Amino acid sequence: MVDASPDTLSGPQGPRPRKVLSRRNIFLYGTLFVITVYYALPLYVMIVTSLKGMPEIRLGNVFSPPVEMTFEPWVKAWSEACTGLTCNGLSTGFWNSVRITIPSVILSIMIASVNGYALANWRFKGADVFFTILIFGAFIPYQVMLYPIVIMLREIGLYGSLGGLVLVHTIFGMPILTLLFRNYFTSLPEELFKAARVDGAGFWGIYFRIMVPMSLPIFTVAVILQVTGIWNDFLFGVVYTGPETYPMTVSLNNIVNSTQGVKEYNVNMAATLLTGLVPLSIYFVSGRLFVRGIAAGAVKG
Amino acid sequence: MNNSVEIKNLDLQFGAVKVLQDLNLDIGKGEFLVLLGSSGCGKSTLLNCIAGLLDVTAGQIHINGTNVTWAEPSERGIGMVFQSYALYPQMTVEGNLSFGLKNAKLPKAEIAQRIKHASEILQIEPLLKRKPAALSGGQRQRVAIGRALVRDVDVFLFDEPLSNLDAKLRADLRVEIKRLHQRLENTMIYVTHDQIEAMTLADRIAIMRGGQIMQLGTPDDIYGRPVNKYVAGFIGSPSMNFLDGTIQNGAFKAGDLTVPLAGYDFASGGAVDGPTTLGIRPEHVTTGQLVSDAPIQVDVIVELIEPTGSDKLIDCQVAGHHFRVRMEGQASVSVGQTLRLGIDPARASLFDAATEERL
Repeated sequence: MVDASPDTLSGPQGPRPRKVLSRRNIFLYGTLFVITVYYALPLYVMIVTSLKGMPEIRLGNVFSPPVEMTFEPWVKAWSEACTGLTCNGLSTGFWNSVRITIPSVILSIMIASVNGYALANWRFKGADVFFTILIFGAFIPYQVMLYPIVIMLREIGLYGSLGGLVLVHTIFGMPILTLLFRNYFTSLPEELFKAARVDGAGFWGIYFRIMVPMSLPIFTVAVILQVTGIWNDFLFGVVYTGPETYPMTVSLNNIVNSTQGVKEYNVNMAATLLTGLVPLSIYFVSGRLFVRGIAAGAVKG
Repeated sequence: MNNSVEIKNLDLQFGAVKVLQDLNLDIGKGEFLVLLGSSGCGKSTLLNCIAGLLDVTAGQIHINGTNVTWAEPSERGIGMVFQSYALYPQMTVEGNLSFGLKNAKLPKAEIAQRIKHASEILQIEPLLKRKPAALSGGQRQRVAIGRALVRDVDVFLFDEPLSNLDAKLRADLRVEIKRLHQRLENTMIYVTHDQIEAMTLADRIAIMRGGQIMQLGTPDDIYGRPVNKYVAGFIGSPSMNFLDGTIQNGAFKAGDLTVPLAGYDFASGGAVDGPTTLGIRPEHVTTGQLVSDAPIQVDVIVELIEPTGSDKLIDCQVAGHHFRVRMEGQASVSVGQTLRLGIDPARASLFDAATEERL
């Protein structure tokens, strides 16, 4: 029956109709809404509070929007709030954190990607042992190593300096990043590596000309991981640096947890938001890049 | 010294697993050699050893009279084409072709000239500025061949280059590779598990199994005089029929079937009594009017018919064994019908039942 005329069809045809207000949809979107409110409400309270003056906060209307909007708390949090002995706000801590995060991120990703590449493609003698030790390192709690590292940094003269903290972050980023890169490079077709070898490219030639250009997604993931991890770090920051070189998280703690004077909730909220801004913007900016990286990877030859 | 590639006593082990064992192979200049075998037989491993992508456990590899056992892949004078094409995705076709030449630090003019030459041969000139992602499978494989071609080497290695293509394209590119070989006259070593590719392309075929070469010979040789039962069953589609029986007084007996071996060309001199397997290819059984010319005739009942267009494959039983016969596509035959088959011992193969070696 090849030539059945189309207008004689009866019964169900075409796409199945879908109800908008089905029980399933109500349940699904209802759950999503509740979860969204659960996460968004504290953020809302923080933003609103940070824009209020202290008299307004004392009224206790946590959820109401500011009657008189003021940016005074933000300015104070950035440049005037007292962190221990000095009263320069978060600005010192911010620049310290920048000076810690950027070199740590670059250094750790550079080393870890080469590590991962070597482990994935150049199976040298003892590679498996090396890899096992590295993975084991990922499971050792940081606290165990705090004091030994204090001694080591003191011995090489880096204790209390930014350089020391950069070194610590680079080393502690190694296990997880190497694992990340090794797994990614292993997933790339092995024949590409072989073809490059036949084409006469060496260790670094293959790394820079073949592997790195194909690895934008994983580099993005590594950057997100490291920036948020290092920026949010408190423990290493407070142990391995001094008051001059405290990272932003430590400054924030010193502002929020100060026991003297009035608790300035608006300043605290503003300071917290300021500190969280960097990881947040990294998510927003590289999140897009991340998706694009994956999309580009999907059509690779 | 006329050999392009010589492999001497090659061993390869991964841990305790012996992948290649004491392998010897000489490949002449300009020869097209196909390494054929089912997966896991070591054929790709052997190719990787020749390319220098795997370190051998023992033995030597010579290319063009030079011992290259310890040489880097790029120093061996080989070009390699991979199954997955392995084109560098972030480079244009031109970048892919020039990558190896740039690594070899060739002058720019020379690189341009070689790319021009190769892209003319392979007809990929309009594609030079494109990225691999914008090419079809056939075009990608052509670029991959081009990447080997620009290296201007004597030995080409192909690792199942057509396996990822659809059937029609595979047939087209197969012809192109053969034409390329006739034009360039380089040595080509070609790994495949597809026997049609092997038969059509090869000057000589090496059938591999378990890391060893079972038989090395021309396609005719391998098809007509397989050295053992494995090779006989592996080559030919549909595969050879095997009948288990015995040789008694110079005749093969299986059930009620008796085949006098008068016309058979024994590899070992003469008929020896004992358990034996008789192998007959489905296309070497005659039917219809030709039956009367055959020395032995058998009546069978048609159990199943598989029409393929050009042929009809008939399933039946001979001497209690499953038996397939190829008939002409237009032949009129129906299930349940009695069919008379003609068998010629001169075109059959006999194998020792215990050793499975050719008699």
